[in-house]
Formats: sequence, structure tokens, C-alpha cells
Amino acid sequence: MKKRLGNTSALIFALLSGLIFGLGLILAGMANPAKVLAFLDLAGWWDPSLGLVMGGAIAIGLVAFKIAGKRSSSFLGLPMNLPTSRIIDKRLVIGGLVFGIGWGLVGICPAPAFVLLGAGSIKGIVFLVAMLIGMGLFELFEIYCKSHCASPKQ
Amino acid sequence: MMIDWNNFTPWTALTGGALIGISASLFILLNGRIAGITGIIGGLFRPVMHDAGWRIAFTAGLIAAPIIWLLFGQLPEITIDAGYGLLVIAGLIVGFSARYGSGCTSGHGVCGISRLSPRSIIATLAFMSTGFLTVYIMRHWLGS
Repeated sequence: MKKRLGNTSALIFALLSGLIFGLGLILAGMANPAKVLAFLDLAGWWDPSLGLVMGGAIAIGLVAFKIAGKRSSSFLGLPMNLPTSRIIDKRLVIGGLVFGIGWGLVGICPAPAFVLLGAGSIKGIVFLVAMLIGMGLFELFEIYCKSHCASPKQ
Repeated sequence: MMIDWNNFTPWTALTGGALIGISASLFILLNGRIAGITGIIGGLFRPVMHDAGWRIAFTAGLIAAPIIWLLFGQLPEITIDAGYGLLVIAGLIVGFSARYGSGCTSGHGVCGISRLSPRSIIATLAFMSTGFLTVYIMRHWLGS
């Protein structure tokens, strides 16, 4: 029973977290791809807003993750799933570099893509579907890599 | 560098950013999870379905945000100039590479930097630099 209650509150807080995240994106103007591109366009008329969005989010996140780092379970009693990898490998760097190209092409990254779906943006939905297919292709690549890549960790 | 003072929105950017920070804080402190959209969605592609619930709930919250917003007022402007072909190409690239690099703007950019994770700082520098470069090439070389 206790476990079931725990699961239910975890679901409610997950929904709430997603909702607050989405509202933050909309308020900040980050659900508008044109505004994201205006940040990335250093040589044009530059809109620094995205930098302040990240600054505002990180200022609060720093405190929360400091507290989280000292705990082995969450305040709901769930396991604390903090990433442990510290290896800076080819995947991380290449993944980041290529991600920036896709992001810079249209100004949409994964979280705003879902907000665009809720907003009923047809172009946003086209991007989202392609993005989900891209994630599916990654899973196929992983399966292929397990049997064909000589040393996937290198 | 010329700052576009007419479109620069420092206060809504900061408060919107703070909301994103509050969301990421609630999620790690209550659910014990990183609010990284790529990881949250990526987990749904794996056959382990016992943890699908919270992933779907978080995503549903994101999708619901503009609908809830509409109850209180108009949504801010959404402008997507890119054509459908470019949107498909960019979507495929973003989806694949975010999973390949273990995170995107939310997971690496917000949560990872908040954790002072060297991996996330490197990843964020990587995607910011190619993001700047791509827009530079698209707008100032190719003129689209």
C-alpha cells in the first residue's frame, strides 16, 4: 500500500515537474524557435535571452543538486538516480557537436518540441516525429553496435 | 556584436528560467530523477517498461503546459521559418545525436551544469559552439 502511494505521488510530481518545465519554457520565450535562433545568431541582431534562461535555471539547480548530492534517497523515499559517469569520450563530444548542428538548423531542441505539440504547431509536430524516429534509429544503432562495433567504449 | 534590445526579454527569461530550475529541483529532490528530456524519452524506447509511468507523466506535463497556459491567456508568438524538409532533417539529427551524446539542452545544459558535471559542461560547450556556427553559416553564408 505504501509503495503504491509512493508511486502515485511520484507520478503526480513527475506530471507537475513537466508542467512547470513547460510553463517556464513558454514564459521564457524558449518555445519560440525564432527566439532560440536569435540567441544563436551572434553575428546578427543578438537576443541574449536564452543565456539568462539557462542562468536562472542553473542558479536554482545548483542549490537543489547540492542537496541531492548529499542524499541517497529522494524526499519521497525513491532512489537518487544521479549520473555517475565521469568519462569524457568520443560519444559525448561528437554527440554534443552534432546535436548543436540539428538545434542550430531550426532552433528546436527536445523539450520545446513537446511544448510545440501541445500548442498544436504543425511544424513543431513534424520536427517532433522526426526527432522520435531519430531516437528510434539510435536504439537500432545500439543493437547493431553491440554485435558489430569492435570496442564501443573507445 | 549588436544586441537586439527590442526583442531581448531579460525578466521573462530569468523568471522562465527560474521555473525550469524549480522543475528540475523538484524532480531530483522528490523523484530522484534528472529532468533531461532526452533521457526521459529515450527510456521509453527500451523494453524495461516498469518505469514508463513517470516518464509518460513528465512528458504529459510538458505537452499540457501550453494548454494550461491558454486557460489564462494567449500563448506568446511561435515562429518557425524552417521548411518541412529542414525540420525533418533537423529532427532526425537532434533525436539521434541527443541520445548518442547522452543528453540535450535540459539534461546537460540545465541539470548537468547545475551538478557541475564536467561531462555536461563539455557537451554544452560542444552543442553551443556548433549551434552558433550552424546559424552563422545558414544566415550569413547561405543567407536563408
